[in-house]
Amino acid sequence: MAEVQTHEHDVLIIGAGGAGLRAAIAASAAKVSVGLVCKSLLGKAHTVMAEGGIAAALANVDERDSWGVHFADTMRGGQYLNDWRMAEFHAKEAPACVRELEAWGALFDRTQDGRILQRNFGGHRYPRLAHVGDRTGLEMIRTLQDYGIHQGIDVHMERTVIALFTDADRIAGALAYDRERGFFHLFRAKAVVLATGGIGRAYRITSNSWEYTGDGLALAYEAGAELMDMEFVQFHPTGMVWPPSVQGILVTEGVRGEGGVLLNKNGRRFMFDDIPENYRAQTADNEEEGWRYTQGDRNARRPPDLLTRDHVARCIVREIKEGRGSPHGGVYLDIAWIRKRIPDAEERIKKKLPSMYHQFKQLADIDITREPMEVGPTTHYMMGGIRVDPETQMSTVPGLFAAGECAAGLHGANRLGGNSLSDLLVFGKRAGDFAARFARERTLGPLAADRIDAGVRRALEPFQPAAPEAEGPYAVQEELQAMMQDLVGIVRHEEEMRRAQEAIGKLKERAARVRVAGNRHFNPGWHTALDLPSLLTVSEAITRSALERQESRGAHFREDHPSKDPEAGRFNLIVRQDGAGSMRVERRPIPEMRPDLKKIVEENG
Amino acid sequence: MPGATFRIWRGDAAGGAFADYSTEVTEGMVVLDAVLRIQAAQAGDLAVRWNCKAGRCGSCSAEVNGRPRLMCMTRLSELPLEQPVTVEPMRAFPRIKDLACDVGWNYEVKKRIRPFKPRPPDAPDGTWRMAQADVERVQEFRKCIECFLCQDVCHVLREHAKHQEFIGPRYFVQVAALEMHPLDAEDRLAELGQTQGIGFCNITKCCTRVCPENITITDNAIIPLKERWIDRHYDPIRRFLGWLRLKGGAGSGP
Amino acid sequence: MPDAVLPLPEPRRFGETQRRDVWWLAPLGTFIVLLAFVLYSTWAAFQGDHYAWGPYLSPFYSPELFGYSQHSWFGPKPVWWPSWLLFSPALLILWAPGGFRLTCYYYRGAYYKGFWADPPSCAVGEPRKHYLGENSFPLILQNLHRYFLYLALLFILVLAGDVWKALWFSDPATGRTTFGLGVGTLVLAVNVVLLGGYTFSCHSLRHLVGGCLDVVSRAPIRCRAYRCVSCLNRRHMLWAWASLFWVAFSDIYVRMLSLGLWSDWRFF
Repeated sequence: MAEVQTHEHDVLIIGAGGAGLRAAIAASAAKVSVGLVCKSLLGKAHTVMAEGGIAAALANVDERDSWGVHFADTMRGGQYLNDWRMAEFHAKEAPACVRELEAWGALFDRTQDGRILQRNFGGHRYPRLAHVGDRTGLEMIRTLQDYGIHQGIDVHMERTVIALFTDADRIAGALAYDRERGFFHLFRAKAVVLATGGIGRAYRITSNSWEYTGDGLALAYEAGAELMDMEFVQFHPTGMVWPPSVQGILVTEGVRGEGGVLLNKNGRRFMFDDIPENYRAQTADNEEEGWRYTQGDRNARRPPDLLTRDHVARCIVREIKEGRGSPHGGVYLDIAWIRKRIPDAEERIKKKLPSMYHQFKQLADIDITREPMEVGPTTHYMMGGIRVDPETQMSTVPGLFAAGECAAGLHGANRLGGNSLSDLLVFGKRAGDFAARFARERTLGPLAADRIDAGVRRALEPFQPAAPEAEGPYAVQEELQAMMQDLVGIVRHEEEMRRAQEAIGKLKERAARVRVAGNRHFNPGWHTALDLPSLLTVSEAITRSALERQESRGAHFREDHPSKDPEAGRFNLIVRQDGAGSMRVERRPIPEMRPDLKKIVEENG
Repeated sequence: MPGATFRIWRGDAAGGAFADYSTEVTEGMVVLDAVLRIQAAQAGDLAVRWNCKAGRCGSCSAEVNGRPRLMCMTRLSELPLEQPVTVEPMRAFPRIKDLACDVGWNYEVKKRIRPFKPRPPDAPDGTWRMAQADVERVQEFRKCIECFLCQDVCHVLREHAKHQEFIGPRYFVQVAALEMHPLDAEDRLAELGQTQGIGFCNITKCCTRVCPENITITDNAIIPLKERWIDRHYDPIRRFLGWLRLKGGAGSGP
Repeated sequence: MPDAVLPLPEPRRFGETQRRDVWWLAPLGTFIVLLAFVLYSTWAAFQGDHYAWGPYLSPFYSPELFGYSQHSWFGPKPVWWPSWLLFSPALLILWAPGGFRLTCYYYRGAYYKGFWADPPSCAVGEPRKHYLGENSFPLILQNLHRYFLYLALLFILVLAGDVWKALWFSDPATGRTTFGLGVGTLVLAVNVVLLGGYTFSCHSLRHLVGGCLDVVSRAPIRCRAYRCVSCLNRRHMLWAWASLFWVAFSDIYVRMLSLGLWSDWRFF
């Protein structure tokens, strides 16, 4: 057998962002042994990039808010493809999760009377996002990390999981390598929680870091679990576009929440030109009303700049395509204009959006208190992912759980800003609780040595002597990213996606021939080569699902089917491996919503 | 397109040397872009840590032209490109490979700091009330992204390797954040002088200067902690006054 | 506590660095200016003469507890003063502001660099392997800073009194005292403002007025004081240098008048 170090845990958690940490805390609170594996150092996960806030109906700022309104907002945002049970749990449990963070040391911005302050955000009817300036994600991950390290969790930093092992249809363990030394580690566990986050690296322009290669999705898929809603990739409307090296870096929606407006090159607020029917009643008619909304006027309706992300992103693409974009291929996002409205605008911007101020000042030489920013859509979030049971977060493989971005269901066709941080907390906790419960009732499953050997052998393939036509991993990755960006991006077309499917097939062959230089000692080339199969799997799942959904809904926009199809609103798309190992996409009807929830949705129409 | 030479330290714990790489320079490029470009085209196994590329995660710490910096926030336009740009790993930590070093010590130190312990909730619903004014002071410290540049530049660690007796600026910031937290009821002052070595800090403010989050580490965290520690150990007058007040308070009771 | 000594890279030699800037300029500046000040103030303090002119008293000699000028609080040199010990009114009091500056958080950092190369500058190799920090005698005495602060606050009052006195000029011919304003009055007034700025921006004061509280918002007066001191504190370095320069200049100004090397200009 290959040289592999073995670790045993009751619950193994893969990924140490918000969901992974919250799951680890929950599981260790249930008195089981917990191992936490992460690809980077602890506390560096993409959760730190979350800026705007945590959506939770605390009703501290507007007492009209309640879990019901939050639920209805989430369902409307997701175009009713959401798993309504998850949306219900989420809306009900988020406030407690936020308060729990405060009890662990988080310091949110405060209201006048000393409670947690909440801000406006796209798609949320009332000010709902608990926040800390524009670095809420950092506050959240640091709070969870600092609390978690005292709970007896074994943290395995800088290790990447490359295979999951099952035994008689339930999870038994995972194989990983450590990035620093290149050694292999076998984790035996009674339950595994995947909290690996997103897939942003499948695209060229993304707000995600190198880590987000869809590992969890690919691991679960290979282990036999079902994926769902893979056609719904969220393109955040506002990423930086200039200079080229920062393209894709996120510009928080908080800028618009604080009064920032989107303008085309003619200075027109183009968001007023196209307001979708189902949001018309909630949207401001004129600029004045929109401004009053951002300044806390409870009788004003929100400006169209704060419509859902899918819609805003598409409007921006339209402006750019029709030649009304900014010089570097974006549109303008202007917060500096509020100087005309309030006297201490400069101070206010620096205080409310300090990270944005520094980001633009340092990376683009732009003072956002004086000039508009140039922004354009960037790949941000995967609404789809591993299909899980809404209550327990267990996937279709017994003992394999998933939480956070890598799980599907809560967000449907489009995620509302702020709902992801609350998603991490609510479902991270649930996954940890239920994984611990599952683990307590089981013993460790056996692992076959030959499968471990095969896993190690496959991982070492890139070090084999160069095959004919061998190439480096970076070129293959870049080509995949460019291809997905061009062919399966914001605006999709059947013919383009067929080409993408073909290209993925070819890239798979090339990925198999990838060779790397050097040895196993902290070798990013090797790491990139091992990330390729996951990227290819999720890219294929996205493309196939997107082909199958012949309508436009939420984040999925088909040029050849530009309108919504009520029939298509009745099913989710499921991706799974068939007996022969190829990918299958099938339609799965959405269960009828419970009457009480239906009533809530109607009341908040 | 203009080019520039990057003198990057290659090697591991056993030793290493600088190697020169040339690459194109385009508008708005940062040092990390150059390093990743070199990695993709010339040195596939060049070890470097990075994540967010926006100064938010604190992974890409290194020394650029001798100054501890986040590579993702160091624009090439602010460096003299006539000479090679030197990029080397942080010096206050053991080396792993190339630009990556072993920062595990920091995580061990963090574990030794007594965790947050809140006072009982203020409201019947289990929540607390805090004024923004009191929260702000601690929020500055909580901006820390744990890039460990302050640890790297601190001569107590860097030159004198007092890793066993001194927790470094990052963790004074953390202790300050906990000690000044409006809700915290724990007392961490005893360790501050003993195992955490606040007396080793000689306030040269290098940590403040390198902080990419602009946390005023020395003035707002370390010196106030030193003062609190002095309250406890070197200020008999305040202790006497405190004692009087305590007695007075007890005396005026029923 | 981790027991294993970390395998760190070899420390750099003294002055060795990859820094490209003129890193030695700032510590050298500190060294030259501080040294010049120490030399001048010591010389001036030992003079014991030419420290007063008309209503002006050099800040190095204020308060003049014992002495021969009209500003003396308790008369001339005490009879019990040992004859073998050099007497100067400055020596009786100068240790207090001197100690305040010596233990000041800003100056400490600056002179550890400029005078002791510990470190010579940020990220530059050091001359010594050994390091004790402020953990043991004598540097542990730096912790007494707040006691010097209490004295420094008293000195501000005294110096403010000196400015008041510097507004009253007596006519040597008639012996009548009249209200007036000379350049010297302004020099002494600026001195109080700068020394006040330096003293009120002190880190210890910041701690004592409000920094020691976790919930300062419930004590409105202390909250405001804390904000004020914090605001001044951000420029503590600037106050330190400006007041250092000006206090020496104030002494020079009075000394020159007293020596008759220049004359005071009266506004009225």
